[in-house]
Amino acid sequence: MPIRSIKGALKALVLFAIFFAGVWSQSSGVIDEFLWYLPDVQYLMVQHIWLTVMSGSLAILVAIPLGIVLSRPKMANVAESLMQVLNVGTTIPTLAVLALSMSFLGIGTVPAVFGLFVATLLPITRNTYAGLKGVNPALMEAAAGIGMSPMQRLLKVELPNALYVIFAGMRTALTINVGTVPLAFLIGAGGLGELIFTGIDLYDPVMMLSGAIPTALLAITIDALIAIIAFLVVPRGVNPSRA
Amino acid sequence: MIRLESLTKVFDTPKGAVVAADHIDMEVPEGEICILLGPSGCGKTTTLKMINRIVKPTSGKVFINGEDTTGLDTQTLRRNIGYVIQQIGLFPNMTIEENITIVPKLLGWDKAKYKARAREMMAMIALEPDAFLKRFPSELSGGQQQRIGVARALAADPPVMLMDEPFGAIDPINRAVIQDEFLKMQQELNKTIMFVSHDIDEAIKMGDRVAVFREGKLVQYSTPDDLLAAPKNAFVESFLGEDRALKRLNLVKVREIVTDEIGTVTPSDTLETALAKIDDYGYQNAILMINERKQPAGIISRSLARTTKGYCRDHFQAVPAVVDLDDDLRKAASLMFAHDQTWLPCVDKAGTVCGQITQRAMTSHLGARYRARQGDDRKPSAAIKE
Ligand SMILES: Nc1ncnc2c1ncn2[C@@H]1O[C@H](COP(=O)(O)OP(=O)(O)OP(=O)(O)O)[C@@H](O)[C@H]1O
Ligand SMILES: [Mg+2]
Repeated sequence: MPIRSIKGALKALVLFAIFFAGVWSQSSGVIDEFLWYLPDVQYLMVQHIWLTVMSGSLAILVAIPLGIVLSRPKMANVAESLMQVLNVGTTIPTLAVLALSMSFLGIGTVPAVFGLFVATLLPITRNTYAGLKGVNPALMEAAAGIGMSPMQRLLKVELPNALYVIFAGMRTALTINVGTVPLAFLIGAGGLGELIFTGIDLYDPVMMLSGAIPTALLAITIDALIAIIAFLVVPRGVNPSRA
Repeated sequence: MIRLESLTKVFDTPKGAVVAADHIDMEVPEGEICILLGPSGCGKTTTLKMINRIVKPTSGKVFINGEDTTGLDTQTLRRNIGYVIQQIGLFPNMTIEENITIVPKLLGWDKAKYKARAREMMAMIALEPDAFLKRFPSELSGGQQQRIGVARALAADPPVMLMDEPFGAIDPINRAVIQDEFLKMQQELNKTIMFVSHDIDEAIKMGDRVAVFREGKLVQYSTPDDLLAAPKNAFVESFLGEDRALKRLNLVKVREIVTDEIGTVTPSDTLETALAKIDDYGYQNAILMINERKQPAGIISRSLARTTKGYCRDHFQAVPAVVDLDDDLRKAASLMFAHDQTWLPCVDKAGTVCGQITQRAMTSHLGARYRARQGDDRKPSAAIKE
């Protein structure tokens, strides 16, 4: 009982806080300031999403086949050392990757997409590889013993059973991707980073927040979106969220 | 029919070569179950897996129904051999129906046919199709999963089955049930089966023949009864255990050692006649009384016949127990012990008396083969060297 009443009190408190924040922002004109940035936000958000979609889909298209190839028994010798290299690659800060790709590709969208692509590639490859390697060997033996060809084994047994892990990799990678896109502004590719960094430079918190809040919302949205896709696509028997 | 010809597997390991199977020669006739038996690491699984090339033989040949499989394409070979692995290995991403129909689909059956087949298989393994076909493996109990594993291997009706400890993962009670179901199925299906086990009791129960392995070599290949009666060497003997004579009780039917000569009296005989007959036949303490349909009706004890006058019909005792000709000796022995008897009347299907079984006959039958062995060719050193 006491716990419930405390919870109720907290809820009421939060509601009051939101209400007074609303009243305050209305009276101080902050809302109007935000609204003033709305056209910028809309324009930059499209750019932002575009950068994510480009680099993200490129990364998925390369990373999944790469993970599959590395997980083949024939690749066993090189795969582990290659994964080590990729793991080291992950530790390089994205800003450094962007700086590097700028020094090769100049400024603009192309080096930005490339840098983001590299940063997104690694988690997806790693999860694809680990997911496929993690498939129960008994399943693989059963599949082989039944007379499935290597391709049938991959499509009907390995991928469906690794899919949940692969989706988890995509979720992490793309959420990070959305959160990293603001850095692309620094090499002249636009995106919501423009508002964030300019806001910081100008000591204009409203401007900064009009970039930061939509970025955060985008990250949450893409995370939820992939979770929903995973829920629908991963077969029920191997989908922990549908157990 | 499965025939292995000098089948050999040598594994190259960092610690040197391991000979997992050493020139295995054996043949499983069509429609029989052959059990590969032996201690852990003796090469049972390796031998089995060379048949469907999960393990590639180092040398030697596998013939199936007389055909050398060396030239066959691996996928084709495997689709025509049912394979049940120890870990069951149902595909968790597929429904039970998809699991069962996977081989028929690979073989290109049309949809109506493989759907019907799935229901047929479910009936065969005694699971309700409507309740189970749409479920996923994780929603089944271990025993049910094991049954589905067998159904999946049988779905395309392959002539040959390989089973690696298929019932290993189930508790003893359910295991016995599944073993019985499987044997019943086998009576109709008549598959040629290689079956790995490390459980002697399972081997004796399930096998038409048993192959005992030791360190990659086939030590003895014979029927369960021969194996128990005449173990080839000290290794087989110790592997079978001290109580192997008792295990044979399961294998011998009453029919095999029944003596059809049995003295009986009828209700209208006098006790005097009964006593005379008891003495004539040399019975120790009693004689069986039968009715006009030759069914066991009672027994007349010697002591009573000696001290009392009158007719049998007024002085009999209840028959303690009877055995059927098709019962095994285990049941007969159990009844004898339970009722403190040294003999039991035997009846046929119709219930008419057709002989008796005595403790002496049982013990001498069980001992005979074994004594014969010890008498003649028992040369342990030669047998082990082999
Ligand atoms: N892939 C492999 N590489 C190297 N050695 C192997 C391999 N597979 C099996 N062996 C060795 O071959 C021998 C026979 O193994 P096998 O699996 O056939 O035994 P088993 O009779 O089935 O034993 P268990 O009852 O424990 O299953 C063992 O010594 C084992 O260590
Ligand atoms: Mg084994």
